[in-house]
Amino acid sequence: MRVSTGSTTGRTGSTTGGAAAVGLPRWAFAPAAVGGLFVLLPLVAMATRVDWSSYWSLVTSESARAALLLSLQTSAASTVVCLVLGVPMALVLARCRFPGIDLLRSLVMVPLVLPPVVGGIALLYTFGRRGLLGETLEVAGLQIAFSTTAVVLAQTFVALPFLVMSLEGALRTAGARYEVVAASLGARPTTVLRRVTLPLVWPGLLSGAVLSFARALGEFGATITFAGSLQGVTRTLPLEIYLQRETDPDAAVALSLLLVVVAVLVIAATRQGRPGRSVL
Amino acid sequence: MRKHRRKHVAAGIAALAVTVLAGCGTSATGDDGADGDTTTLTVFAAASLQGSFEDLAEQFEDAHDGVDVRLSFAGSSDLVAQVQQGAPADVFASADTANMDKLVADDLVGNPQDFATNTLEIAVPPDNPAGVETLADLAAPDVKLVLCAPEVPCGAASAKVEDAAGLDLQPVSEEQSVTDVLGKVIAGEADAGLVYVTDVAAAGDDVEGVEFPESDSAVNTYPIAPVADGGDEQADLAQQFVDLVLSDDGQQTLAGFGFAAP
Repeated sequence: MRVSTGSTTGRTGSTTGGAAAVGLPRWAFAPAAVGGLFVLLPLVAMATRVDWSSYWSLVTSESARAALLLSLQTSAASTVVCLVLGVPMALVLARCRFPGIDLLRSLVMVPLVLPPVVGGIALLYTFGRRGLLGETLEVAGLQIAFSTTAVVLAQTFVALPFLVMSLEGALRTAGARYEVVAASLGARPTTVLRRVTLPLVWPGLLSGAVLSFARALGEFGATITFAGSLQGVTRTLPLEIYLQRETDPDAAVALSLLLVVVAVLVIAATRQGRPGRSVL
Repeated sequence: MRKHRRKHVAAGIAALAVTVLAGCGTSATGDDGADGDTTTLTVFAAASLQGSFEDLAEQFEDAHDGVDVRLSFAGSSDLVAQVQQGAPADVFASADTANMDKLVADDLVGNPQDFATNTLEIAVPPDNPAGVETLADLAAPDVKLVLCAPEVPCGAASAKVEDAAGLDLQPVSEEQSVTDVLGKVIAGEADAGLVYVTDVAAAGDDVEGVEFPESDSAVNTYPIAPVADGGDEQADLAQQFVDLVLSDDGQQTLAGFGFAAP
Protein backbone atom coordinates (compact mmCIF):
# COMPACT_ATOMS: atom_id res chain seq x y z
CA MET A 1 0.00 0.00 0.00
CA ARG A 2 1.40 3.38 -0.96
CA VAL A 3 0.22 5.86 1.58
CA SER A 4 1.76 8.99 0.14
CA THR A 5 3.19 10.04 -3.18
CA GLY A 6 6.45 11.74 -3.96
CA SER A 7 7.40 11.72 -0.31
CA THR A 8 10.81 10.24 -0.89
CA THR A 9 12.04 12.98 -3.19
CA GLY A 10 15.17 14.57 -1.83
CA ARG A 11 15.11 12.57 1.39
CA THR A 12 17.79 10.08 2.24
CA GLY A 13 17.96 7.72 5.16
CA SER A 14 14.43 8.52 6.16
CA THR A 15 11.98 6.04 7.71
CA THR A 16 10.24 5.49 4.39
CA GLY A 17 13.20 3.59 2.87
CA GLY A 18 13.66 -0.17 2.92
CA ALA A 19 10.01 -1.23 2.56
CA ALA A 20 10.60 -2.79 -0.86
CA ALA A 21 13.31 -5.16 0.35
CA VAL A 22 11.13 -6.86 2.96
CA GLY A 23 8.43 -8.13 0.62
CA LEU A 24 4.82 -8.78 1.45
CA PRO A 25 3.40 -11.61 3.54
CA ARG A 26 1.78 -14.16 1.28
CA TRP A 27 -1.65 -13.91 2.86
CA ALA A 28 -1.93 -10.32 1.62
CA PHE A 29 -2.23 -11.36 -2.02
CA ALA A 30 -5.57 -13.15 -1.85
CA PRO A 31 -7.58 -10.26 -0.32
CA ALA A 32 -5.73 -7.87 -2.62
CA ALA A 33 -6.87 -9.90 -5.62
CA VAL A 34 -10.45 -10.04 -4.30
CA GLY A 35 -10.37 -6.27 -3.80
CA GLY A 36 -9.11 -5.75 -7.33
CA LEU A 37 -11.85 -7.96 -8.73
CA PHE A 38 -14.45 -6.18 -6.64
CA VAL A 39 -13.56 -2.92 -8.38
CA LEU A 40 -13.02 -4.28 -11.88
CA LEU A 41 -15.79 -6.86 -12.18
CA PRO A 42 -18.72 -4.38 -12.12
CA LEU A 43 -16.99 -2.35 -14.84
CA VAL A 44 -16.53 -5.48 -16.95
CA ALA A 45 -20.14 -6.51 -16.28
CA MET A 46 -21.28 -3.09 -17.48
CA ALA A 47 -19.14 -3.32 -20.60
CA THR A 48 -20.74 -6.67 -21.48
CA ARG A 49 -24.15 -4.99 -21.43
CA VAL A 50 -23.18 -2.36 -23.99
CA ASP A 51 -24.98 -2.64 -27.29
CA TRP A 52 -21.88 -2.14 -29.46
CA SER A 53 -23.76 -1.92 -32.75
CA SER A 54 -25.49 1.26 -31.64
CA TYR A 55 -22.78 2.48 -29.23
CA TRP A 56 -21.43 5.19 -31.47
CA SER A 57 -24.83 6.67 -32.28
CA LEU A 58 -25.81 6.58 -28.60
CA VAL A 59 -22.73 8.43 -27.33
CA THR A 60 -22.74 10.96 -30.18
CA SER A 61 -26.39 11.95 -29.85
CA GLU A 62 -26.98 15.65 -29.39
CA SER A 63 -27.89 15.34 -25.71
CA ALA A 64 -24.88 13.09 -24.99
CA ARG A 65 -22.43 15.45 -26.68
CA ALA A 66 -23.88 18.43 -24.85
CA ALA A 67 -23.61 16.59 -21.53
CA LEU A 68 -20.01 15.45 -22.12
CA LEU A 69 -18.89 18.90 -23.21
CA LEU A 70 -20.57 20.52 -20.21
CA SER A 71 -19.03 17.94 -17.86
CA LEU A 72 -15.51 18.55 -19.19
CA GLN A 73 -15.90 22.34 -19.07
CA THR A 74 -17.35 22.50 -15.57
CA SER A 75 -14.89 19.93 -14.18
CA ALA A 76 -11.97 21.90 -15.62
CA ALA A 77 -13.36 25.13 -14.18
CA SER A 78 -13.93 23.63 -10.75
CA THR A 79 -10.42 22.13 -10.75
CA VAL A 80 -9.03 25.63 -11.37
CA VAL A 81 -11.15 27.00 -8.50
CA CYS A 82 -9.96 24.12 -6.30
CA LEU A 83 -6.33 25.01 -7.08
CA VAL A 84 -6.83 28.72 -6.44
CA LEU A 85 -8.52 28.13 -3.09
CA GLY A 86 -7.15 24.74 -2.10
CA VAL A 87 -3.39 25.38 -2.39
CA PRO A 88 -3.46 28.27 0.12
CA MET A 89 -5.77 26.23 2.35
CA ALA A 90 -3.38 23.29 2.36
CA LEU A 91 -0.44 25.63 3.08
CA VAL A 92 -2.23 27.16 6.05
CA LEU A 93 -3.27 23.77 7.42
CA ALA A 94 0.19 22.23 7.00
CA ARG A 95 2.39 25.12 8.06
CA CYS A 96 0.48 27.24 10.55
CA ARG A 97 -0.19 26.61 14.20
CA PHE A 98 -2.99 28.34 16.00
CA PRO A 99 -5.73 27.24 18.38
CA GLY A 100 -8.55 25.45 16.65
CA ILE A 101 -6.57 24.41 13.60
CA ASP A 102 -7.33 20.72 14.19
CA LEU A 103 -11.02 21.50 14.27
CA LEU A 104 -10.62 23.58 11.12
CA ARG A 105 -8.87 20.70 9.39
CA SER A 106 -11.75 18.37 10.27
CA LEU A 107 -14.34 20.86 9.04
CA VAL A 108 -12.61 21.31 5.70
CA MET A 109 -12.91 17.54 5.19
CA VAL A 110 -16.67 17.49 5.91
CA PRO A 111 -17.72 17.42 2.21
CA LEU A 112 -15.82 14.12 1.93
CA VAL A 113 -18.14 12.34 4.33
CA LEU A 114 -21.30 14.32 3.61
CA PRO A 115 -23.80 12.74 1.23
CA PRO A 116 -23.59 14.98 -1.87
CA VAL A 117 -27.35 15.63 -1.66
CA VAL A 118 -26.78 17.22 1.75
CA GLY A 119 -24.02 19.33 0.21
CA GLY A 120 -26.51 20.43 -2.44
CA ILE A 121 -29.07 21.43 0.17
CA ALA A 122 -26.41 23.36 2.09
CA LEU A 123 -25.36 25.18 -1.09
CA LEU A 124 -29.00 25.93 -1.86
CA TYR A 125 -29.41 27.66 1.50
CA THR A 126 -26.22 29.63 0.88
CA PHE A 127 -26.28 30.65 -2.77
CA GLY A 128 -29.97 30.04 -3.58
CA ARG A 129 -32.31 32.94 -4.30
CA ARG A 130 -33.50 32.93 -0.70
CA GLY A 131 -30.20 31.75 0.72
CA LEU A 132 -27.73 33.42 3.06
CA LEU A 133 -25.83 35.17 0.25
CA GLY A 134 -28.38 34.68 -2.51
CA GLU A 135 -30.33 37.88 -1.96
CA THR A 136 -27.19 40.00 -1.86
CA LEU A 137 -25.97 38.34 -5.02
CA GLU A 138 -29.31 38.91 -6.73
CA VAL A 139 -29.20 42.60 -5.86
CA ALA A 140 -25.73 42.67 -7.41
CA GLY A 141 -27.24 41.18 -10.55
CA LEU A 142 -25.75 37.72 -10.08
CA GLN A 143 -28.16 34.82 -10.49
CA ILE A 144 -26.59 31.53 -9.57
CA ALA A 145 -29.64 29.28 -9.41
CA PHE A 146 -30.08 27.04 -12.47
CA SER A 147 -26.88 28.36 -14.09
CA THR A 148 -23.66 26.64 -15.11
CA THR A 149 -21.99 28.57 -12.27
CA ALA A 150 -24.12 26.55 -9.85
CA VAL A 151 -22.73 23.33 -11.34
CA VAL A 152 -19.16 24.57 -10.87
CA LEU A 153 -19.93 25.57 -7.26
CA ALA A 154 -21.41 22.14 -6.50
CA GLN A 155 -18.45 20.36 -8.06
CA THR A 156 -15.93 22.58 -6.27
CA PHE A 157 -17.65 21.95 -2.94
CA VAL A 158 -17.26 18.19 -3.20
CA ALA A 159 -13.85 18.18 -4.95
CA LEU A 160 -11.98 20.73 -2.82
CA PRO A 161 -11.17 18.37 0.11
CA PHE A 162 -9.45 15.96 -2.27
CA LEU A 163 -6.97 18.63 -3.33
CA VAL A 164 -6.45 20.00 0.17
CA MET A 165 -5.98 16.54 1.69
CA SER A 166 -3.59 15.37 -0.99
CA LEU A 167 -1.48 18.53 -0.92
CA GLU A 168 -1.45 18.88 2.85
CA GLY A 169 -0.18 15.31 3.17
CA ALA A 170 2.58 16.02 0.66
CA LEU A 171 3.56 19.23 2.47
CA ARG A 172 3.79 17.46 5.82
CA THR A 173 5.85 14.61 4.42
CA ALA A 174 8.21 16.98 2.62
CA GLY A 175 8.84 18.84 5.86
CA ALA A 176 9.93 22.43 6.28
CA ARG A 177 13.71 21.92 6.37
CA TYR A 178 14.45 23.18 2.87
CA GLU A 179 12.14 26.12 3.40
CA VAL A 180 14.02 27.07 6.57
CA VAL A 181 17.32 26.91 4.71
CA ALA A 182 16.00 29.01 1.84
CA ALA A 183 14.59 31.59 4.25
CA SER A 184 17.86 31.74 6.20
CA LEU A 185 19.62 32.51 2.92
CA GLY A 186 17.39 35.55 2.55
CA ALA A 187 14.57 34.31 0.33
CA ARG A 188 11.22 36.02 0.83
CA PRO A 189 8.18 33.87 1.70
CA THR A 190 6.75 34.09 -1.82
CA THR A 191 10.08 33.07 -3.31
CA VAL A 192 10.38 30.13 -0.90
CA LEU A 193 6.88 29.02 -1.85
CA ARG A 194 7.52 29.32 -5.57
CA ARG A 195 11.09 27.98 -5.76
CA VAL A 196 11.22 25.46 -2.91
CA THR A 197 7.87 24.37 -1.48
CA LEU A 198 5.78 23.92 -4.61
CA PRO A 199 8.46 22.09 -6.64
CA LEU A 200 8.93 19.70 -3.69
CA VAL A 201 5.24 18.85 -3.44
CA TRP A 202 4.56 18.96 -7.18
CA PRO A 203 3.52 15.26 -7.41
CA GLY A 204 1.12 15.69 -4.50
CA LEU A 205 -0.33 18.79 -6.10
CA LEU A 206 -0.75 17.02 -9.42
CA SER A 207 -2.44 13.97 -7.90
CA GLY A 208 -4.70 16.26 -5.87
CA ALA A 209 -5.71 18.16 -8.99
CA VAL A 210 -6.43 14.92 -10.88
CA LEU A 211 -8.49 13.57 -8.00
CA SER A 212 -10.45 16.82 -7.84
CA PHE A 213 -11.12 16.72 -11.56
CA ALA A 214 -12.24 13.09 -11.38
CA ARG A 215 -14.50 13.81 -8.42
CA ALA A 216 -16.00 16.83 -10.20
CA LEU A 217 -16.58 14.72 -13.31
CA GLY A 218 -18.56 12.18 -11.31
CA GLU A 219 -20.48 14.70 -9.20
CA PHE A 220 -24.21 14.04 -9.21
CA GLY A 221 -26.10 14.57 -5.95
CA ALA A 222 -25.12 18.15 -5.14
CA THR A 223 -25.62 19.17 -8.77
CA ILE A 224 -29.11 17.75 -9.12
CA THR A 225 -30.16 19.25 -5.78
CA PHE A 226 -28.61 22.65 -6.22
CA ALA A 227 -28.20 23.39 -9.93
CA GLY A 228 -31.13 21.63 -11.58
CA SER A 229 -30.99 19.80 -14.89
CA LEU A 230 -31.24 21.42 -18.31
CA GLN A 231 -29.49 20.28 -21.46
CA GLY A 232 -26.37 22.30 -22.24
CA VAL A 233 -26.70 24.44 -19.10
CA THR A 234 -26.71 22.24 -16.02
CA ARG A 235 -27.22 18.64 -17.22
CA THR A 236 -23.77 17.08 -16.86
CA LEU A 237 -22.97 13.54 -17.98
CA PRO A 238 -23.94 11.82 -14.67
CA LEU A 239 -27.31 13.61 -14.70
CA GLU A 240 -27.85 12.62 -18.33
CA ILE A 241 -27.06 8.99 -17.46
CA TYR A 242 -29.56 9.03 -14.60
CA LEU A 243 -32.25 10.53 -16.81
CA GLN A 244 -31.65 8.17 -19.73
CA ARG A 245 -31.97 5.24 -17.32
CA GLU A 246 -35.70 6.03 -17.12
CA THR A 247 -36.43 5.49 -20.79
CA ASP A 248 -33.38 4.11 -22.56
CA PRO A 249 -31.22 1.79 -20.42
CA ASP A 250 -28.97 1.08 -23.44
CA ALA A 251 -28.10 4.75 -23.73
CA ALA A 252 -27.47 4.94 -19.98
CA VAL A 253 -25.02 2.04 -20.12
CA ALA A 254 -23.27 3.44 -23.19
CA LEU A 255 -22.86 6.85 -21.52
CA SER A 256 -21.66 5.23 -18.28
CA LEU A 257 -18.91 3.49 -20.21
CA LEU A 258 -18.05 6.80 -21.86
CA LEU A 259 -17.68 8.40 -18.43
CA VAL A 260 -15.41 5.59 -17.25
CA VAL A 261 -13.28 5.91 -20.39
CA VAL A 262 -12.94 9.69 -19.94
CA ALA A 263 -11.94 9.26 -16.28
CA VAL A 264 -9.35 6.59 -17.11
CA LEU A 265 -7.95 8.73 -19.95
CA VAL A 266 -7.54 11.72 -17.62
CA ILE A 267 -5.70 9.63 -15.05
CA ALA A 268 -3.57 7.90 -17.68
CA ALA A 269 -2.65 11.19 -19.33
CA THR A 270 -1.42 12.58 -16.02
CA ARG A 271 0.59 9.43 -15.32
CA GLN A 272 2.16 9.69 -18.76
CA GLY A 273 3.70 13.00 -17.80
CA ARG A 274 5.51 11.46 -14.82
CA PRO A 275 6.77 7.98 -15.70
CA GLY A 276 7.42 5.59 -12.86
CA ARG A 277 5.50 7.57 -10.30
CA SER A 278 2.05 6.72 -9.12
CA VAL A 279 -0.43 9.51 -9.41
CA LEU A 280 -3.18 8.08 -7.29
CA MET B 1 4.16 7.19 11.95
CA ARG B 2 3.38 5.33 8.77
CA LYS B 3 2.57 2.13 10.59
CA HIS B 4 0.23 4.08 12.80
CA ARG B 5 -1.67 5.44 9.85
CA ARG B 6 -1.92 2.01 8.32
CA LYS B 7 -3.54 0.71 11.48
CA HIS B 8 -6.15 3.46 11.24
CA VAL B 9 -6.92 2.58 7.65
CA ALA B 10 -7.32 -1.08 8.56
CA ALA B 11 -9.65 -0.20 11.41
CA GLY B 12 -11.68 1.98 9.08
CA ILE B 13 -12.03 -0.74 6.48
CA ALA B 14 -13.02 -3.25 9.16
CA ALA B 15 -15.67 -0.87 10.49
CA LEU B 16 -16.98 -0.34 6.97
CA ALA B 17 -17.15 -4.06 6.32
CA VAL B 18 -19.11 -4.63 9.53
CA THR B 19 -21.57 -1.87 8.59
CA VAL B 20 -22.08 -3.30 5.12
CA LEU B 21 -22.62 -6.82 6.41
CA ALA B 22 -24.98 -5.63 9.12
CA GLY B 23 -26.92 -3.73 6.48
CA CYS B 24 -27.60 -6.92 4.57
CA GLY B 25 -29.41 -8.56 7.43
CA THR B 26 -32.15 -6.00 7.94
CA SER B 27 -33.86 -5.91 4.56
CA ALA B 28 -35.22 -9.46 4.42
CA THR B 29 -39.00 -9.63 4.62
CA GLY B 30 -41.46 -12.30 5.55
CA ASP B 31 -39.16 -14.09 7.99
CA ASP B 32 -41.42 -13.75 11.01
CA GLY B 33 -42.16 -17.45 10.97
CA ALA B 34 -40.71 -17.83 14.48
CA ASP B 35 -43.85 -16.56 16.22
CA GLY B 36 -46.59 -18.26 14.26
CA ASP B 37 -49.24 -15.68 15.19
CA THR B 38 -48.08 -12.88 12.91
CA THR B 39 -48.66 -12.83 9.19
CA THR B 40 -46.87 -10.26 7.09
CA LEU B 41 -48.46 -8.60 4.10
CA THR B 42 -45.97 -6.76 1.89
CA VAL B 43 -47.36 -3.87 -0.15
CA PHE B 44 -45.32 -2.21 -2.89
CA ALA B 45 -46.74 1.22 -3.66
CA ALA B 46 -45.76 4.20 -5.80
CA ALA B 47 -43.96 6.95 -3.87
CA SER B 48 -46.87 9.38 -4.29
CA LEU B 49 -49.08 7.00 -2.27
CA GLN B 50 -46.92 7.16 0.87
CA GLY B 51 -49.21 9.17 3.16
CA SER B 52 -52.48 7.56 2.08
CA PHE B 53 -51.20 3.98 2.13
CA GLU B 54 -49.65 4.44 5.58
CA ASP B 55 -53.15 5.35 6.77
CA LEU B 56 -54.75 2.45 4.89
CA ALA B 57 -52.19 -0.01 6.28
CA GLU B 58 -53.07 1.11 9.80
CA GLN B 59 -56.77 0.62 9.10
CA PHE B 60 -56.04 -2.84 7.70
CA GLU B 61 -53.95 -3.85 10.72
CA ASP B 62 -56.71 -2.63 13.06
CA ALA B 63 -59.27 -4.77 11.24
CA HIS B 64 -57.03 -7.87 10.95
CA ASP B 65 -55.55 -9.14 14.19
CA GLY B 66 -52.06 -10.52 13.88
CA VAL B 67 -51.42 -9.07 10.43
CA ASP B 68 -48.40 -6.86 9.97
CA VAL B 69 -48.47 -4.71 6.81
CA ARG B 70 -45.07 -3.83 5.45
CA LEU B 71 -44.94 -0.95 3.01
CA SER B 72 -42.28 -0.31 0.43
CA PHE B 73 -42.46 3.00 -1.45
CA ALA B 74 -40.45 3.83 -4.57
CA GLY B 75 -40.90 4.98 -8.14
CA SER B 76 -43.33 2.67 -9.96
CA SER B 77 -40.73 1.61 -12.54
CA ASP B 78 -38.26 0.69 -9.78
CA LEU B 79 -40.92 -1.38 -8.01
CA VAL B 80 -41.80 -3.18 -11.25
CA ALA B 81 -38.13 -4.06 -11.73
CA GLN B 82 -37.98 -5.38 -8.15
CA VAL B 83 -41.08 -7.56 -8.58
CA GLN B 84 -39.67 -8.88 -11.86
CA GLN B 85 -36.47 -9.81 -10.00
CA GLY B 86 -38.52 -11.79 -7.49
CA ALA B 87 -38.94 -9.33 -4.61
CA PRO B 88 -41.47 -10.66 -2.06
CA ALA B 89 -44.49 -8.41 -2.73
CA ASP B 90 -48.12 -9.36 -2.11
CA VAL B 91 -49.79 -6.22 -3.47
CA PHE B 92 -48.60 -3.73 -6.07
CA ALA B 93 -50.08 -0.24 -6.47
CA SER B 94 -48.74 1.69 -9.44
CA ALA B 95 -48.86 5.40 -10.25
CA ASP B 96 -49.66 4.67 -13.90
CA THR B 97 -51.16 1.96 -16.06
CA ALA B 98 -48.03 1.60 -18.20
CA ASN B 99 -45.99 0.16 -15.33
CA MET B 100 -48.82 -2.12 -14.17
CA ASP B 101 -49.16 -3.40 -17.76
CA LYS B 102 -45.53 -4.60 -17.66
CA LEU B 103 -46.35 -6.95 -14.75
CA VAL B 104 -49.61 -8.03 -16.40
CA ALA B 105 -47.65 -8.93 -19.53
CA ASP B 106 -45.25 -11.02 -17.40
CA ASP B 107 -48.18 -12.77 -15.68
CA LEU B 108 -46.89 -11.62 -12.30
CA VAL B 109 -50.07 -9.94 -10.99
CA GLY B 110 -53.77 -10.70 -10.79
CA ASN B 111 -56.47 -8.56 -12.31
CA PRO B 112 -55.56 -4.84 -11.87
CA GLN B 113 -58.28 -2.41 -10.82
CA ASP B 114 -58.14 1.39 -11.04
CA PHE B 115 -58.50 2.97 -7.60
CA ALA B 116 -57.56 6.65 -7.95
CA THR B 117 -56.64 9.41 -10.36
CA ASN B 118 -54.29 12.32 -10.06
CA THR B 119 -53.92 15.47 -12.13
CA LEU B 120 -51.35 18.21 -12.45
CA GLU B 121 -51.46 21.46 -10.55
CA ILE B 122 -49.21 24.52 -10.53
CA ALA B 123 -47.19 24.81 -7.33
CA VAL B 124 -45.89 28.24 -6.34
CA PRO B 125 -44.08 29.48 -3.21
CA PRO B 126 -46.56 30.76 -0.58
CA ASP B 127 -46.09 34.44 -1.52
CA ASN B 128 -46.40 33.63 -5.25
CA PRO B 129 -43.58 36.05 -6.21
CA ALA B 130 -44.25 35.84 -9.96
CA GLY B 131 -48.02 36.27 -9.58
CA VAL B 132 -48.92 33.06 -11.42
CA GLU B 133 -52.70 32.71 -11.89
CA THR B 134 -53.09 30.59 -15.02
CA LEU B 135 -51.16 28.01 -17.04
CA ALA B 136 -50.45 30.67 -19.68
CA ASP B 137 -48.65 32.76 -17.03
CA LEU B 138 -45.97 30.06 -16.92
CA ALA B 139 -44.86 30.99 -20.44
CA ALA B 140 -43.86 34.51 -19.36
CA PRO B 141 -40.11 34.99 -19.84
CA ASP B 142 -39.43 36.26 -16.31
CA VAL B 143 -41.10 33.31 -14.57
CA LYS B 144 -38.57 30.75 -13.37
CA LEU B 145 -40.44 27.55 -14.21
CA VAL B 146 -39.33 24.05 -13.22
CA LEU B 147 -40.82 20.93 -14.84
CA CYS B 148 -40.18 17.20 -14.79
CA ALA B 149 -38.06 16.01 -17.71
CA PRO B 150 -40.19 14.62 -20.57
CA GLU B 151 -38.55 11.21 -20.01
CA VAL B 152 -40.29 10.70 -16.64
CA PRO B 153 -44.09 10.25 -16.19
CA CYS B 154 -44.81 13.66 -14.61
CA GLY B 155 -42.84 15.30 -17.43
CA ALA B 156 -44.80 13.40 -20.04
CA ALA B 157 -48.00 14.64 -18.40
CA SER B 158 -46.63 18.21 -18.37
CA ALA B 159 -45.85 17.98 -22.08
CA LYS B 160 -49.39 16.74 -22.78
CA VAL B 161 -50.89 19.68 -20.89
CA GLU B 162 -48.54 22.10 -22.64
CA ASP B 163 -49.58 20.74 -26.05
CA ALA B 164 -53.28 20.81 -25.20
CA ALA B 165 -53.01 24.47 -24.16
CA GLY B 166 -50.95 25.35 -27.24
CA LEU B 167 -48.18 26.86 -25.10
CA ASP B 168 -44.41 26.87 -25.47
CA LEU B 169 -43.00 26.59 -21.94
CA GLN B 170 -39.32 27.37 -21.35
CA PRO B 171 -38.32 25.78 -18.03
CA VAL B 172 -35.05 26.74 -16.33
CA SER B 173 -34.70 23.13 -15.26
CA GLU B 174 -36.13 19.71 -16.18
CA GLU B 175 -35.99 17.65 -13.03
CA GLN B 176 -35.73 13.93 -12.48
CA SER B 177 -38.83 13.54 -10.33
CA VAL B 178 -41.84 15.40 -9.04
CA THR B 179 -40.15 15.57 -5.62
CA ASP B 180 -37.25 17.48 -7.13
CA VAL B 181 -39.66 19.95 -8.76
CA LEU B 182 -41.50 20.45 -5.48
CA GLY B 183 -38.20 20.89 -3.62
CA LYS B 184 -37.13 23.72 -5.94
CA VAL B 185 -40.48 25.47 -5.43
CA ILE B 186 -40.44 25.04 -1.63
CA ALA B 187 -36.89 26.43 -1.49
CA GLY B 188 -38.09 29.45 -3.48
CA GLU B 189 -35.53 28.74 -6.22
CA ALA B 190 -38.32 28.39 -8.75
CA ASP B 191 -41.31 30.71 -9.17
CA ALA B 192 -43.53 27.85 -10.27
CA GLY B 193 -43.53 24.14 -11.02
CA LEU B 194 -45.95 21.57 -12.38
CA VAL B 195 -46.61 18.80 -9.86
CA TYR B 196 -49.53 16.56 -8.92
CA VAL B 197 -52.52 17.77 -6.90
CA THR B 198 -51.57 15.29 -4.18
CA ASP B 199 -48.04 16.72 -3.93
CA VAL B 200 -49.45 20.17 -3.27
CA ALA B 201 -51.77 18.69 -0.62
CA ALA B 202 -48.88 16.83 1.04
CA ALA B 203 -46.63 19.90 1.10
CA GLY B 204 -49.12 21.77 3.29
CA ASP B 205 -48.25 25.43 3.86
CA ASP B 206 -44.89 25.15 2.11
CA VAL B 207 -46.44 25.75 -1.30
CA GLU B 208 -49.63 27.13 -2.74
CA GLY B 209 -51.53 25.32 -5.47
CA VAL B 210 -52.98 26.94 -8.57
CA GLU B 211 -55.50 24.78 -10.40
CA PHE B 212 -55.93 25.11 -14.15
CA PRO B 213 -58.63 23.66 -16.46
CA GLU B 214 -56.13 22.27 -19.00
CA SER B 215 -55.06 19.66 -16.43
CA ASP B 216 -57.97 17.50 -17.71
CA SER B 217 -55.86 16.57 -20.72
CA ALA B 218 -53.44 14.53 -18.63
CA VAL B 219 -55.21 12.41 -16.03
CA ASN B 220 -53.05 9.81 -14.32
CA THR B 221 -54.81 6.59 -13.35
CA TYR B 222 -53.56 4.44 -10.44
CA PRO B 223 -54.17 0.67 -10.71
CA ILE B 224 -53.74 -1.87 -7.88
CA ALA B 225 -53.39 -5.67 -8.08
CA PRO B 226 -52.45 -8.63 -5.92
CA VAL B 227 -49.08 -10.12 -6.86
CA ALA B 228 -49.48 -13.71 -8.02
CA ASP B 229 -47.29 -15.81 -5.77
CA GLY B 230 -47.22 -17.34 -2.31
CA GLY B 231 -49.92 -19.52 -0.71
CA ASP B 232 -53.70 -19.21 -0.75
CA GLU B 233 -53.85 -17.54 2.65
CA GLN B 234 -51.46 -14.82 1.51
CA ALA B 235 -53.39 -14.30 -1.75
CA ASP B 236 -56.62 -14.02 0.24
CA LEU B 237 -55.12 -11.38 2.50
CA ALA B 238 -53.73 -9.48 -0.51
CA GLN B 239 -57.20 -9.41 -2.08
CA GLN B 240 -58.66 -8.10 1.19
CA PHE B 241 -56.18 -5.23 1.14
CA VAL B 242 -57.13 -4.43 -2.46
CA ASP B 243 -60.79 -4.52 -1.42
CA LEU B 244 -60.10 -2.07 1.41
CA VAL B 245 -58.45 0.38 -1.01
CA LEU B 246 -61.48 0.14 -3.33
CA SER B 247 -64.04 0.39 -0.49
CA ASP B 248 -65.82 3.61 0.51
CA ASP B 249 -63.53 3.97 3.54
CA GLY B 250 -60.46 3.51 1.40
CA GLN B 251 -61.68 5.97 -1.21
CA GLN B 252 -62.41 8.52 1.52
CA THR B 253 -58.86 8.16 2.88
CA LEU B 254 -57.41 8.66 -0.60
CA ALA B 255 -59.61 11.71 -1.18
CA GLY B 256 -58.21 13.19 2.02
CA PHE B 257 -54.78 13.13 0.40
CA GLY B 258 -56.02 14.87 -2.76
CA PHE B 259 -56.68 11.87 -5.00
CA ALA B 260 -59.79 11.84 -7.18
CA ALA B 261 -61.94 8.77 -7.81
CA PRO B 262 -61.14 6.75 -10.94
